[in-house]
This record gives sequence, C-alpha cells and structure tokens, in this order.
Amino acid sequence: MGDSTHRALRVARVVREGDAGCTLVLDGALPAEPGQFVMAWLPGVEERPYTIMDDDPLSLTVAEVGPFSRALCARQPGDRLWVRGPLGHGFALAGSRHLLVGGGSGIASLTLLAERAMARGDQVIAVIGARTAGQLMLDWRLAELGAQVIVATDDGSRGYHGTALAAARAYIDGRWPEAVYACGPEGMLRALAGATEAAGLPCQVSLERTMRCGLGVCGNCHCGDRLVCRDGPVFEAAVLRGA
Amino acid sequence: MVDLAVDLCGARLPSPLVLASGVWGCCAETLARAARAGAGAVTSKSCSLHPRQGHPNPTVLDWGGGLINAVGLANPGAAEERAILRQAKAELAPLGAALIASVFGHSVADFVAAVALVAEAGPDFIELNISCPNVEDEFGKPFALDPAAAAQVTAAARAAYGGRVLVKLSPNAPDLAAVARAVADAGADGITAVNTLGPGMVIDVRARRPVLANRAGGVSGAALRPIAVRCVYDIAAAVDLPIIGTGGVSSGEDALQMVMAGATAVGLGSALYGEGEAVFGRILGELEALMAEEGIASLEEIRGAAHGR
Repeated sequence: MGDSTHRALRVARVVREGDAGCTLVLDGALPAEPGQFVMAWLPGVEERPYTIMDDDPLSLTVAEVGPFSRALCARQPGDRLWVRGPLGHGFALAGSRHLLVGGGSGIASLTLLAERAMARGDQVIAVIGARTAGQLMLDWRLAELGAQVIVATDDGSRGYHGTALAAARAYIDGRWPEAVYACGPEGMLRALAGATEAAGLPCQVSLERTMRCGLGVCGNCHCGDRLVCRDGPVFEAAVLRGA
Repeated sequence: MVDLAVDLCGARLPSPLVLASGVWGCCAETLARAARAGAGAVTSKSCSLHPRQGHPNPTVLDWGGGLINAVGLANPGAAEERAILRQAKAELAPLGAALIASVFGHSVADFVAAVALVAEAGPDFIELNISCPNVEDEFGKPFALDPAAAAQVTAAARAAYGGRVLVKLSPNAPDLAAVARAVADAGADGITAVNTLGPGMVIDVRARRPVLANRAGGVSGAALRPIAVRCVYDIAAAVDLPIIGTGGVSSGEDALQMVMAGATAVGLGSALYGEGEAVFGRILGELEALMAEEGIASLEEIRGAAHGR
C-alpha cells in the first residue's frame, strides 16, 4: 500500500481563481480517477485533502478559506508541495450526455470528469455557481476543455442570476442528461438528489468532510456508516437521503 | 462447522474478533458496520472527561510495514460520548455484538469521572486505556508502564463501576507480567494486550523533518505482531484473566497464534486499512479452515496451547 507515502512535487505554475483562491499546477503526473483526492502536506503547517482537478500534470484547486489554504496559494513556482494519493473512489461515467453541477470550489471535483467525458466524444454541460463573478473558479479550464459552460451567480454579476442548482433545473426537468454529477455545499447536493430522483436520473455526488488519516482508519470523516475518505468521496446521491 | 463464539468475562461474543479502539470507533454507525461484517465486539474510540482536539495532521501514515499514528486522543468528551454509546448499544443489540467503551484520563480522578459518565450508556465492557504512547509530551509516561500506577487506576475504576473492566496494556512496559498481576489484583476482569508500540518516528528526507505533526506516534500493524504475541504469552503465563490479543493480526493464522499464546478474543485495528470491514469475514473463514485442517474443534481447546500445559 505504497500509495500512502508522500511524494514531493514542485509548483510549476500558480493560476489565480479570481478572489476565491488559486490552482496549483505541479511538475508531475499522478494518474487518478475523476473525483479522487490527495492529502496535500506543507511540512510544519498542515495536511488536508484536496480533490484532483487534473492528474497530468497534477493540479489542485484551492479555495482560500483559512491559514493552510492561504499558505498553499502563497506557493511560488519552484516551491515544493508534498502529496499522498490518489485516495478514495471517484465518479463513474454513465451514458453519453453528462450534466455537471459545481457549487463554489466543488467544480474542482468535476473538471477531470469533464476531460474524460470529452475525450470519449460525449456531450458535457457544466453548470458552475458562485456568490459573485469574482468567486467563480475554473471557468477557464472548462472552456479550455471545450465543455459547454453555464455560469450562475447569486448576485447576477455574471451569467444566470441565481444558484447553480436553479440553473441546472431546466436541464434536469427537461431530462437532457443521462446522468448528473455534482459537488458543492451539502444543502445544494441534497436538493439536487431530490430533483434528480424526481426526474428519474442517476446522480453521483462528491462529499466533503474534515479528514484525519484519509486512509479509512480513523473514522473521523464518516457520513452515517460510510467513510467519506474510503467509501467515497463520491457516492450515489441516495446516500444523502439516509444521512 | 466449528463454533467460533467465545465467552469473554461472562459475555457471549458471536465471534472471537474484536474491533480495536481508535479504528472506526468514532460513531455508532461505523461500529455497527464492523459488527455486521463479523466483529463479535466493537470498541469505541477512547474518550476523556473533557473534549480534546487531538494533534494536527498528518496524524496517520502507512510507512510500509504497518501504520504509525499520533491522532492524539481526539474525542468529544465523555458526556457527548455517552450519547454515541447509547446509540451504538441500540444498533448492536440486534446483531448480538458486545460494546466496549474505551476511556482514558490525565489522572485517576479524570479516569473515574469519565468511567462514571460512560457507564450510564450501559456498555458491555469499559476498557481503561492506560497505554497511549503518543501523548507523552502532555501526559508524561503512561500508567501502563508502572505496576503501582496501573493498579491505582484499575482499583479506582473498579470501585466506581460494577460492570466488566478491561485494562489495555502497553508493549513498552519493562515488566509486563508485573503490570498484568497488578491490574488483576486491583480487580480487572480482563486485559486487552497490546496498545501500539513506541512511539516511533518517520522522517521525510526531502522535508528534513518528521512526517507526523506530533513528530512521534504509536506503531501498529505487521511490525507489532510478534511483539504482541509475546506480550499475550507473558500475560497469560502471569495471570488467570481473559485476554483480548491485539496487535498486527491480519490473517486466520495470526489470530490462532494469539489464541495459542493465551488470548480468549482477538483484536483487529490496522488490518482494516485497505481491506475495510471485509477483513472480519476473511479472517473468520481462514480461522475455520485452519481449525478444520488441524483438527481443532473449538478455540477453547487450544487456548494457551503454546505454553505446553
């Protein structure tokens, strides 16, 4: 089980994500399933889970919310970052028309999925939501991949005036997608679980929890009897109905 | 078909396998999941009178020969834990699995206060964790290293609680047999042996510093197994108390080693890493096959067989 050992990579590039944070593009690949994560470690600071935004080169998208994420975004090209992983279980593509719904930094869990779906020649619509235009993340990356991007902002400063969920409703109610994939605030995910169930569409969600070991040992990240780090972080949306 | 049910201090466990403390033990739902998978008893994460944050990450690592951890006894405190244990007790009842509530304290008084709160949830056992190796900076040397200190905690908990008391011992004790005799004389009903070894340390050479935020942590998994088997053997030779043999067990053959060393039940912790709860079913299957192959009808029949008595 050598996947638990830290690997020291270097930062190749730091991309600002508006006021919301940054994307760290590292100098090595880490083959992963879309939705898997790494534990990112800054010696002497902390170690936290980050979803794998891209696996070649390994890229992590960081929402600046506290001291550790600020320290990550202060990294400069050439600086080291230690990672262990890939960890957990990711998304499984189903069908050929995919609706991705990302709230805030949640879109980082869906970007690699969009890349894999596009590579299959599938159709992808990515709905990304944020409070304001300045808080949007990874719209540049989705555009680069050639996915159709629908932007939603709570204050209407860019794109659809409302939540990502509201913007996604039209596609769900019209039964455009064959499957829905989402990551974001748990309230949004719960509402989405209800909407997709009503429309009879399969839906996978990526959950976020405070993690310690990341290895399925300590139990800290449990959601009901599931361990988010080991059994997830991606689950069928039905898991939210029991929890 | 061999019957793998065991009697531990008068409690019937449907299987000899016990989920060890610190793994999956933070909540009722995961404890029940382990019991559904084949654990005959499950141990909650150690709790103290007051809540504890524990150490910052990294807290757990796979170093290649097992795990090393310094979670730092993070827990919500005994009052909150009592509610978790009540829920666990209810979820375990239909499964027939026993609940072991683990407690620890800075002092004898803290131990007793935590025991009193946790007892209200009605666990089948209370396990006194007097042997955590990764909080020495804060707590000093564990009680489990010294027979007199171990006896003092055991006697105080015994006086405060009428149920079954297990005491979890340390492989680091310089005279483990003396500690075992001391806790037996102080009224323990059984012994859990052993806690993690060390503390040990893993250094990341590129970072030029220890990986664990606490620098040092308890060593478990395969590296601990031969030490744990010897500890169980020494304890079984010293006292006539049921033992939960814990430390690096990850196969039916490992479990049988523990029983032949003198264990009544066998704890699993690090073995859940990677394999998850499926480890319980696999080990039970291997144990049955090995017993059939060796003509062993019951675990009782070969308990302590390695002592040649």
